Amino acid sequence: MAIDASVLREIEEGFAHAVVVFLGRDGYPVGVAADFRVDVDRGVLTLVPPTGEEVAPPEGAEVNVIVSHIRPQEIGYDERRYVQLWGRLRRTRSGLELAPVRHHTWDERKVPFFQYSEQTVPQAHRYLEELGRQRGRPVRPRLSFGWLALRTTRAPFLTATVVPILLGVAVAAREGRWSFFLAALTLLAGSLVHLGLNVANDVFDTRSGADAANVTPTQFSGGSRVAHYGLVRLRTLALLSAGFYLAGVGIGLYLAARTDFWPLFWLGAAGVAISVFYTAPPFRLVHRGVGELAVALGFGPIMLLGAYLVQAERFSFEAIYLSIPVAILISLVLYVNEIPDRAGDAAAGKRTLPVRWSRDAVIRAYVWAAGLAFATIAVGAVSGLLPRPTLLALATIPLAVNVGRALRRDYDDPYALMFSAMGTNIKLHLYTGLLLFAGYLIAVGADRFLTDPPAFLR
Amino acid sequence: MGALPPPAEEALRRALVCEFTVVRPDGRPVTHPMIPIYDGERIYLHSSILFSKKVAHVKANPRVSVAVTDLSATHGEPLKDRVTVQGDAVVREDDPHTTWERILPLWIEKEPIVESFYKQRVALPLFWERSLIEITPRRVLVWTGGRTDRPPAVHELSEVT
Repeated sequence: MAIDASVLREIEEGFAHAVVVFLGRDGYPVGVAADFRVDVDRGVLTLVPPTGEEVAPPEGAEVNVIVSHIRPQEIGYDERRYVQLWGRLRRTRSGLELAPVRHHTWDERKVPFFQYSEQTVPQAHRYLEELGRQRGRPVRPRLSFGWLALRTTRAPFLTATVVPILLGVAVAAREGRWSFFLAALTLLAGSLVHLGLNVANDVFDTRSGADAANVTPTQFSGGSRVAHYGLVRLRTLALLSAGFYLAGVGIGLYLAARTDFWPLFWLGAAGVAISVFYTAPPFRLVHRGVGELAVALGFGPIMLLGAYLVQAERFSFEAIYLSIPVAILISLVLYVNEIPDRAGDAAAGKRTLPVRWSRDAVIRAYVWAAGLAFATIAVGAVSGLLPRPTLLALATIPLAVNVGRALRRDYDDPYALMFSAMGTNIKLHLYTGLLLFAGYLIAVGADRFLTDPPAFLR
Repeated sequence: MGALPPPAEEALRRALVCEFTVVRPDGRPVTHPMIPIYDGERIYLHSSILFSKKVAHVKANPRVSVAVTDLSATHGEPLKDRVTVQGDAVVREDDPHTTWERILPLWIEKEPIVESFYKQRVALPLFWERSLIEITPRRVLVWTGGRTDRPPAVHELSEVT
């Protein structure tokens, strides 16, 4: 048998009619529908011969037989699947018998359309290169500037920077020390370094082959892929990343110079180093299974304490403590986003935690870590280390529960995971951070406007 | 009244899928399920550069066929007749980013969800770099009632200008 019996079974069970296609005498293809039956044991399809000399398939010549299916829907259709077969026809008493020697198949239930599209990216590049050769000038894919900028920088992920910086400023504001100008500059510097990190990450992931190996990227995972798709040259990305870093570091140095300099300098230097070596050699932290820790440190204590230092010009245990849940929740964003990337990451040598751990261990660790984040908030608020209104942040616990359930349900389906877990998990970090910030605002307001604020507002 | 016999026009206007056959350089036919689009004169198919082998085959050999065989693959009532249209194809891709967009309204008529996908083309950028395959029909085969146990009616077409 030339093709697998399972393919013939699929044809038998999943398709209503076949189309037999051959070349007519004038060189035009002829396609004609035919009823069929399958003999899996013999590895043949028997087609009911169409009537008419014009459409009689040639015996002995190679023909193409296709079976395909869609289910019409109001929005278009779904359930796309097809099987193409090639082979020679033989007339028998029961019809035209095809013993297929080759086949090609696609079923979107098994290979989702987005995955199929990622698998064929090299073909797209070959096609454009050939088109460029024919025209004598390169032909490149395009996006409008706005979309390209958004995709390249992955700016929506800046929420990871906004949350710790707002909270660092809030801790200082509660102590009566805060400047809008310095807060804005801190946010700008943090955002620029973050954008530099995002772009650098894509440079190194493209160079290491991680982008090419990952055929299940989603809206939230798999990087920007702008170099992989040929939308931006790698050199341009490298320059852009360097530009973001330079601008961010420049503002950071200015901010350090306004304070005692060295504390903020070393904190900022640690942040920049972690972000650069997150994917850059020689350390490539994300390849060694410490990417989650690096992200936790960078987008937790370093940013939050840095923002506090700029305002208050001293260290604060409260700021460090507050950075713990923020650090845990942002590292969980990365952690969950790594789940659909794990096959590609493993192929590229990125030993992330979801690559190293079993499914059950990954889910268990998520639940414990999210629980720890909320426990930290609760203990901090009840003990009075954090303002009590920060208990508001516990309102996001249901989001964490939903993510945990979604992980159990959709762990092996990247696209289901994107809808059910990844977006919710990003909201979990953002909303928890914003509610913590709201808690600080309430406490600051109560201190300012009430002569003796009640305990639950302090 | 378009350029094709009424059963073919009906099928091409309403069908959500057709079997599009191209000829490989080694002479073997290759068939792909695709959405047929008909503007009253020519048949259009379009392909992302992600799935561009068929387009390369068309450039090497413009003789193609489009068969509408799945009578139930429509929005609404099933089709009455099966048809196959043979013709000569030309690839329009002066600018793969935009040239194909002229058939976008007809595509959206058959697949409304495309409108929202197109607005978010940033999500899958290479999918929206596309080639337009324009087919000038030469011969039409019609199986009335979809019955292929009877010979098809054959319509030879005069040159479409």
